[in-house]
Amino acid sequence: MTLAAFEITSTYYLVLAAMIFTIGSVGVLTRRNVLVMFMCVELMLNAVNLSFVAFARALDDITGQVIVFFVLVVAAAEVAVGLAIIVAIFRRRRHATADDLQALKG
Amino acid sequence: MNARDVLDYVGIIPLLPLFGAALLLIFGRRIGEPIAGWIATGLMALAFVGSLVALFALLDLPSETRLQVNQIFTWIPAGSFSVHVGTQADPLSITWLLLVTGVGTLIHLYSIGYMHGDPLFSRFFAYLNLFAASMLILVIADNLLLTFLGWEGVGLCSYLLISFWYQRNDAAVAGKKAFVTNRVGDVGFLLAMFLIIATYGSLEYTAMSPAAHVISTGTCTAIALLLMVGAMGKSAQIPLHVWLTDAMEGPTPVSALIHAATMVTAGVFLMCRAFPFLEASSSASTVVMWVGAITALLAGTVAVMQPDIKRALAYSTISQLGYMFLAVGIGAYTAAVFMVLCHAFYKGCLFLGAGSVIHGNGDNQDMRIMGRYRKFLPVTAFAMVIAWLSIAGIPPFSGFWAKDEILVDAYTNHDYGVWIVGTIAALITAVYMTRLIFLTFYGNARFERADSFEAVPVVSGGSDEGTVHAGTDEVGEAHEYDPDDPFVDTPTVRFGEPPRPGRLHGHSPHESPAIMLLPIVVLALCAAFAGLLNLPIGNLDFLARFLEPVFHGVKEADPSTTQELTAEGLSVLMAMTGLAIAVLIYKRGLRTPAEDPVVDKTRPVSTLMGHAYYWDEGISAFVGGPGEKSGSWLDRVFDQKIIDGAVNGTAALVQWGSRVASRVQDGFVRRYALGILLGTVAIVLFVLLWAGR
Repeated sequence: MTLAAFEITSTYYLVLAAMIFTIGSVGVLTRRNVLVMFMCVELMLNAVNLSFVAFARALDDITGQVIVFFVLVVAAAEVAVGLAIIVAIFRRRRHATADDLQALKG
Repeated sequence: MNARDVLDYVGIIPLLPLFGAALLLIFGRRIGEPIAGWIATGLMALAFVGSLVALFALLDLPSETRLQVNQIFTWIPAGSFSVHVGTQADPLSITWLLLVTGVGTLIHLYSIGYMHGDPLFSRFFAYLNLFAASMLILVIADNLLLTFLGWEGVGLCSYLLISFWYQRNDAAVAGKKAFVTNRVGDVGFLLAMFLIIATYGSLEYTAMSPAAHVISTGTCTAIALLLMVGAMGKSAQIPLHVWLTDAMEGPTPVSALIHAATMVTAGVFLMCRAFPFLEASSSASTVVMWVGAITALLAGTVAVMQPDIKRALAYSTISQLGYMFLAVGIGAYTAAVFMVLCHAFYKGCLFLGAGSVIHGNGDNQDMRIMGRYRKFLPVTAFAMVIAWLSIAGIPPFSGFWAKDEILVDAYTNHDYGVWIVGTIAALITAVYMTRLIFLTFYGNARFERADSFEAVPVVSGGSDEGTVHAGTDEVGEAHEYDPDDPFVDTPTVRFGEPPRPGRLHGHSPHESPAIMLLPIVVLALCAAFAGLLNLPIGNLDFLARFLEPVFHGVKEADPSTTQELTAEGLSVLMAMTGLAIAVLIYKRGLRTPAEDPVVDKTRPVSTLMGHAYYWDEGISAFVGGPGEKSGSWLDRVFDQKIIDGAVNGTAALVQWGSRVASRVQDGFVRRYALGILLGTVAIVLFVLLWAGR
């Protein structure tokens, strides 16, 4: 088996993206630390980005790459807002986990 | 520009007073007296000139083609049904245009003198102009809905102007009464429009005549009767007449313009426009005819007893409007329009004259303390005497020609019932008008002693809380206008009240300024000569020939000379008799203001008539008694239990549901995330497994 025969198809990228997405979503569901949950959300976003780019390459369509830029911009804005909220939470209570944030429950 | 192009621009005429109303409402205070009045009058005069141009343009066309409809824009497009804003220039609308703008201009001019010194001078003219604009829209419209717009506009202006001196409780109440009573009639108008839309789907006037031939007689009857209910409200026919006499609380020019000359004839206009339905349904015509006849008779008997000069004229107006309805009912539409014109002249003159008398008499309307005023108000007396002879039906004045045409037509059509009622009403008309003129202008001068009356506070008859503070003012304060005083005394004198103390304080009554006398005299001359418009001799029936294309297909009454002479001779005889009776009774005036021989000698009939057959009191008693009881029962049982129960029950159900549903939101963020994930998976599975197939 030579290295040249080992061709990397878009399937590999999609499998990788699915794995990253799963890791992210499991992280969001299981971890209690707000900061870690936040990072997991970023993982999920980037998994989606990866699949977009993979499709754009496979289908020879620039649209997927354009969408990735949008996602990046939105994610950056989200990071700015989200981190500000997290900092505010940590200032108010020292050992806050996501499960304790129940002020708005019905 | 040919005649038809000119008639397309007839819509500009209502815009002139509308512009005036907007201008005066916004800048009125800054413009002030008397410029505001002159602006309003000038715009009305311009509108009159425009109406004259329209008349000549119309006369330029051959008689049979005198109809020009101009659809300006689509107002309500709703599928296959649509309503345009458009104008219809034909002999009928042009006649009314000339009437409204002509008489309107004169009354605007008069108001400049009458409203002199009023703190709301410019607002008064804004309302007058707004009224004129609404009335012109009403008559120039090419469909029922646009007419209804004007119809409601004149109703609004009527309300605003009746309650113009809103500081007086009676005036405020009277305005509300007029508004509410007219809404009762408007229900009929609205239902008629609904029925027309449901039956043949076009509100345009030009569609009426073809439709009336197609649809069933029953539907025609229903449409005609519903329109009649609307017309009854506006034209104060029994039983919806109650608002018109209370409307006398408004300034006198308003009574002349709105409640005598123009707005109250809108009902007659509507019936003339809807004549195809009346022609198609003889039963509806019969109802209209009898409503008019009964109103003419009963309102006349009430007018005989009134001590208040304006209230007597108001009942007279109701009676005369009854004649117009009678004419419409017997199919004599031209006679009805002729009556409207003549009535506008003589009743406008009488009201303006009454205003002049009241003005010169220290705002006192009680005829019992007047007498011999021809010495002090010679011009007013001269004009009112002409108008009196006219309305009483004495040849050759206009009232004779108008009334007798109606009576002759009734006789020729073999409607003997209404003919007899109308002839008796003619006698009563002569009686009450002669009484009014003699009490005011002839006989003994009672005002000289009137100043020394004891001031007796009296309770007014109609409204339950309006305590009248007659004569409680100190000498010299009677004319003071205090807007903060809620008990500014009411000028209206109801039947049964003791005579009002004079407010001249030793002076004599005085004649009004020239600006008020000019319109009175012009209207008196019109009242004298308006008969020339429609002489029933040879080819001189100009109005009938002018209106002929409008009422196309209406069977003309063609009285033989014998029939004509019988009916006319009898009604003139009746008028002369009535006049002679009243002259004999009131020649020397009243011995004392508290004694009115007719009222005193015919009790208890006079009490019944003086209180207008207790109709008003009956309504009050009914609404205040069983009406209020059933209302409060409905409130307790239906409203609170059923309506409120349903609303509160719905609210309680929603509350319970939300309490249950809110448990889902438990604040456990990771469960939300799981929910989102599971939801996404479910959607993806659905798309892949079901929707994709």
